[in-house]
Amino acid sequence: MIIAIMSLSLLGLGLGVMLGLAGRYLKVEQDPIVIEIEAMLPGSQCGQCGFPGCAPAAEALAEGSASVTLCPPGGRLLAEELAAKLGVTADFSGMDEDEPSLAAVSESTCIGCTRCFKVCPTDAIMGAPKQIHTVFKEACTGCKACVEVCPTECLQMHPIKVTLGTWSWPKPALAA
Amino acid sequence: MKLFRFRGGVHPESHKEAGDKAIEVLPLPAKLYVPVQQHIGAPAETEVQIGNKVLKGQLLAHSQGAISAPIHAPSSGTVIDITEHTAPHPSGLGVRTVIIETDGEDSWVDGLKTINPFELNTEEISARVGAAGIVGLGGATFPSAVKLNLGLTYPISTLIINGGECEPYLTCDDRLMQERPDELIDGIRIMLHALKAKQALIAIEDNKPTAIERMKVAANLFDNVTVTVVPSRYPMGSEKQMVQTLTGLEIPAGKLSADLGVIVHNVGTAFAVRTALRQGRPLVSRIVTVGGGAISSARNLEVPLGTLVSEVFEHCGGFNEDPARILMGGPMMGQLLPHTNVPIVKGSSGVIALTKKEVAINQARPCIRCGSCIASCPCGLLPLEMAARAKSGELQGAVDYGLMDCISCGSCSYVCPSHIPLVQYFNYAKGELAARRRHKQKADETRKLADIKIQRLEKEEQAKQEAAARRKAEREAKKKQQEAASA
Repeated sequence: MIIAIMSLSLLGLGLGVMLGLAGRYLKVEQDPIVIEIEAMLPGSQCGQCGFPGCAPAAEALAEGSASVTLCPPGGRLLAEELAAKLGVTADFSGMDEDEPSLAAVSESTCIGCTRCFKVCPTDAIMGAPKQIHTVFKEACTGCKACVEVCPTECLQMHPIKVTLGTWSWPKPALAA
Repeated sequence: MKLFRFRGGVHPESHKEAGDKAIEVLPLPAKLYVPVQQHIGAPAETEVQIGNKVLKGQLLAHSQGAISAPIHAPSSGTVIDITEHTAPHPSGLGVRTVIIETDGEDSWVDGLKTINPFELNTEEISARVGAAGIVGLGGATFPSAVKLNLGLTYPISTLIINGGECEPYLTCDDRLMQERPDELIDGIRIMLHALKAKQALIAIEDNKPTAIERMKVAANLFDNVTVTVVPSRYPMGSEKQMVQTLTGLEIPAGKLSADLGVIVHNVGTAFAVRTALRQGRPLVSRIVTVGGGAISSARNLEVPLGTLVSEVFEHCGGFNEDPARILMGGPMMGQLLPHTNVPIVKGSSGVIALTKKEVAINQARPCIRCGSCIASCPCGLLPLEMAARAKSGELQGAVDYGLMDCISCGSCSYVCPSHIPLVQYFNYAKGELAARRRHKQKADETRKLADIKIQRLEKEEQAKQEAAARRKAEREAKKKQQEAASA
């Protein structure tokens, strides 16, 4: 009787310790697909998708509760990649309508309030109190976070101008 | 010399009507429109201001970055504007352009140095070639100094001088070889010296007998310069095909000809190198063939860079019928021009005005899978398969079929009995892929910037906490002191 109690208790204790150790050392931090999706997202935490950042958006995508077309800065290319990754089909038709644009400061109305560069996720705006701010076009992701906080509406989105370097031939018209 | 055959290729009608017309100098136009981007790479940065007086050969814009080229004033006069002007490009987009009102003096800038180029080393020669703004004059406009510098990093055995000129209508290289063979050989020897190569092969298509004869006479004096006659077959003038014809070696995908110990330069480039080294003069003019069925008289002109295409056409007597299409370069690979109010640039080997009959636009019909395009492809690709994928938007599929090895020569479109715009699909797909690459690059950059911002905010927060802790400690120390003092 005592032997049975002892052996069972030992067994339970031993397995308990093993489970505890396994829980500590073999812990799965996060769903791996979530990590992969998060790596594909722009990572600027701009919040345009309605989630508080790229990580929650990635979780929602992995669960299937969000559409692959959720990320405006990622554009159609990202949506297609996400669809391929998740094995879903989606309607991309709405994605080409928003033409890619970047923020720019209108120097005549900027009051130097410093609000815009505090919210910029990529530090693309430079400025100081009561000095005119300016946007680095190369770093701007077009997330519109600054446009929303600007008190004088001097920050506006401007479509990206096509240059000789970025122009390319359109698709040939389909044969009749 | 044993020649090798590249696969595929086509035989378009040569239309070399201007081949027996000597090079004429175009009278100096009243205004010159000089774009700051006439080459592959970064645009040059303007150095002059509106109102400045400039002399011929004076620097207008300096090169920026490793792959770029400076721009010089093609004649003397006054800078009257620096603005956006339509580029000689199918998009019709503007490019930053220096507009010069010429004073008619055409006086050269002072202090041009003449020097014996054979006393200079590779770096010195390529520095001078770079400073003279010389780019590949065959039409690709890649900065020549970068290519000459390859002699430092690659063991170069052979310099190939491309006198193929396989595009129909164009005769500018032909005339250059006929009229200035001695200067050309001198330029070629300077390049040989810079590259430290053993031999130079001048490859000329067999449809230019006079040029071959004259170049042979001029090259006879030098053991290491040989003229080689190659068969006339488009695209013989393409770098990959020319290297294959002369050496039998195929340039591997994604590699340079320098990996095989070969460098290819155009004959026009050799002439410009000679002018830059012997006379110290930068590239300010070039030979342009004016041709096409809509032109009254086809000619070869030496044109100052920045001359409007409309003035060039006017000098040749204008049009004898309305042109259906105006091209810069040859009809196979040339750039479609939006109108004639665009300037001649460094890469303009010709301006061609084609009639409706010559253009022969046909309605595309379905692919009958005849395989003509496969037989004509000089790169051994399957154009019909690539086009089908590009058409359906499956770009990765097109890349898997070798889209990136396509040289856009247009042989497939030329032979297609169904008139399918094959090369047009490939140009579209390449542009789209380049846009995706840029997008991807930007996304990576964004991720990095966002990470840096997060790190910075964390650091600031930490610094704030530390400062608060320090202040607290100071306050407590003070309190203790006061307590000790009052006690």
